[in-house]
Amino acid sequence: MTDSTPTATPERPAELPAQSPPVDPAATSAAAKSPGHHGAAPATGRLSFWRGDSGEGARRNLGLIGVLVVLVVIGIATRPDLYGNSSWVWDNILTILKLASVVGVVTVGMTFVIIGGGIDLSVGAIVALAGVWATTLATQSYGAGGMIFTALAVGLGVGLVNGLLVSYGKLVPFIATLAMMVAARGLAAEISDKQTQVSGNSVINGIASTSPLGIPLLVYILAAVVIAGWVLLNRTTFGRRTVAVGGNPEAARLAGINVRRHTVLLYALSGLCCGIAAIMLTAQANSAQAAMANLYELDAIAAAIIGGTLLSGGRGTIVGSLLGVIIFSTITNLFAINGLSTEAQNMVKGGIIVAAVLIQQFQFRSFTQFLGRNRLTTT
Amino acid sequence: MTQHSRDLSRRRLLFGGAALGAGALLTACTSNEAAPTAAQTKVAEAAAGGNSTPGKQVTIGFSAPAADHGWIAAITNNAKAQAGAYSDVKFTSVEAGADAAAQRAALSTLVAQKPDVIVLLPHDGKELNAFGLEAMKAGIPVVNLDRAFPDARAYRLQIKGDNYGMGVAAATFIAEQLKAKGVSAPVIGEIAGMDELELTQERSKGFADTLASYGLKVANRRAARFTADSGQQEATGLLQALPKIDAIWNHDDDQGIGVLAAVNQANRKEFFMVGGAGSKKAMEDIQADNTVLKATVTYSPSMASSAISLARLIGQGKGMSDLVELQVPKEIVLASETITKENASNYLKLGF
Repeated sequence: MTDSTPTATPERPAELPAQSPPVDPAATSAAAKSPGHHGAAPATGRLSFWRGDSGEGARRNLGLIGVLVVLVVIGIATRPDLYGNSSWVWDNILTILKLASVVGVVTVGMTFVIIGGGIDLSVGAIVALAGVWATTLATQSYGAGGMIFTALAVGLGVGLVNGLLVSYGKLVPFIATLAMMVAARGLAAEISDKQTQVSGNSVINGIASTSPLGIPLLVYILAAVVIAGWVLLNRTTFGRRTVAVGGNPEAARLAGINVRRHTVLLYALSGLCCGIAAIMLTAQANSAQAAMANLYELDAIAAAIIGGTLLSGGRGTIVGSLLGVIIFSTITNLFAINGLSTEAQNMVKGGIIVAAVLIQQFQFRSFTQFLGRNRLTTT
Repeated sequence: MTQHSRDLSRRRLLFGGAALGAGALLTACTSNEAAPTAAQTKVAEAAAGGNSTPGKQVTIGFSAPAADHGWIAAITNNAKAQAGAYSDVKFTSVEAGADAAAQRAALSTLVAQKPDVIVLLPHDGKELNAFGLEAMKAGIPVVNLDRAFPDARAYRLQIKGDNYGMGVAAATFIAEQLKAKGVSAPVIGEIAGMDELELTQERSKGFADTLASYGLKVANRRAARFTADSGQQEATGLLQALPKIDAIWNHDDDQGIGVLAAVNQANRKEFFMVGGAGSKKAMEDIQADNTVLKATVTYSPSMASSAISLARLIGQGKGMSDLVELQVPKEIVLASETITKENASNYLKLGF
């Protein structure tokens, strides 16, 4: 360990407007005209939106928005009859966002865990357990408040157990949360006696069917969680510590961060997000059962990864993860409106994950560097 | 400084107390009492001299996959309840685990206990065919429940539902209703179950074949996963794809809870819906007639109760008292019946 400072370099979104594209052409031509005059350091400083490290997250997100645009164009090309109707289009946007809302909330928690250097395979199981626990007849007798409290408390509790196992029990996150995935689904099946538990609470069911100001409540919840997650990651010491712990736990420890406690908090946060998601999913389906939220862990991890979160930790953005979730739900929507089968949809999803990661690795790192190098040598 | 540490300990105490209280409250919340649905399919015949008169003691071994769905859970419950209704039946059940290999292992421990008859809902009929052959060779009659063995020598009795018939019944109901309403060029949607299962393919084939005979076809078909949340998701997609629908067939009433939720959330009521399997909730909805669900086609888990009754007769060497044959027949396929508002009250006791 010769490096005394932690190597974590979180991006600074506040600087992005100042480095917006209009500055770019001049900077590029300046660099092209006088190669080697100023040296590399000031040039990369000015070019940073397209080439530097600090703009990388924003560039990735632009790439994701590009993918989204392509998906919408495919939709318009395949179903012009539907896309011709503007009220249907608005309705469809809301439908896609509603579809994204539950996985989106789970993904926010997952993003924190992955940035912090861990992984949480138990999220789907926690959603199912929290949902089932909140819809038992005994819980339902306490009304909507009791159900919401139960879901949040169960999610938080299971997340805490995950965190304690990982940080103090020194289990590998993969193993600890894999064990929790199996155990939590088992407990959910035990509690529900393997039956579908119908929610008879009109307040809970109403969460999915009310739309204040024409926008579904589920979308507001997603927005609130995403904004809270963004602030927590980018504007608080908690967020800075998360990036530091994920980037280099040893350096973070030497810098005075209580890495163990922080890890516990990260898994608890993920659990809490699952609790929120459990309420949303229960409201959507008017019921809960042990098999619900099937494979949400994979959806959430995939969304975080294509959103640019580094699986080894230390880097990632909430906005990128959100875009990842929205891309997946747009694909689902695209296949539904075209009446194509789920099998084809799953194959495309798998392809998109690989393609997104390949494009990010290839285009934004090597390709721009390659271009830049070429331009410098030709002049 | 002492002040400070006292503060800390008080905070800790408060947090600890809150956590304990929450824990206590939560554990109290796991109870699911007030749901005594166990005896829903007991059909104890009262007639003296019939099949129900106590006879030779029979040990029935039972194995079904670990339930992750209301229907499978109902199968196990019904079998247990039916066995309990007979004084001359001893019921031993083994957990079949998660897949065919686990079930094979569980069944071999069952065979070692030398039951008189084995009633078995295999994970996969093809994969457990060899077990059926083996047990039959060892002289233990095997009753196959619902998932057929390809080899006729592998079972003494096969009792199953009619997946193709479900599709036929649903399509017939939909086509007749549309004809009565005089709808021309109707838009029909289908929400299937797990697409990788053969039974889903059979149901869809029956549906499509019958619709074709009326000159109709399915406009959009989405496959869910037999769970309410997947049903909600796929139904939302279906509703989004078809701005105007005349009829929907949903393969499974458990996932139908989610489908109905999606219909409510989208505020759509221009169509009617037919369910599948026949859950209690679906029958109550049909009876109340306040949702788009107007009918459901049965695939009743009561077949497990019947399987136990017949296994008992096989063990005692008796035939079915109403039939002329001296022994129980080899194959029984339940008809898929259509439950509507008019006859729902008759079927309510078979709902799971």
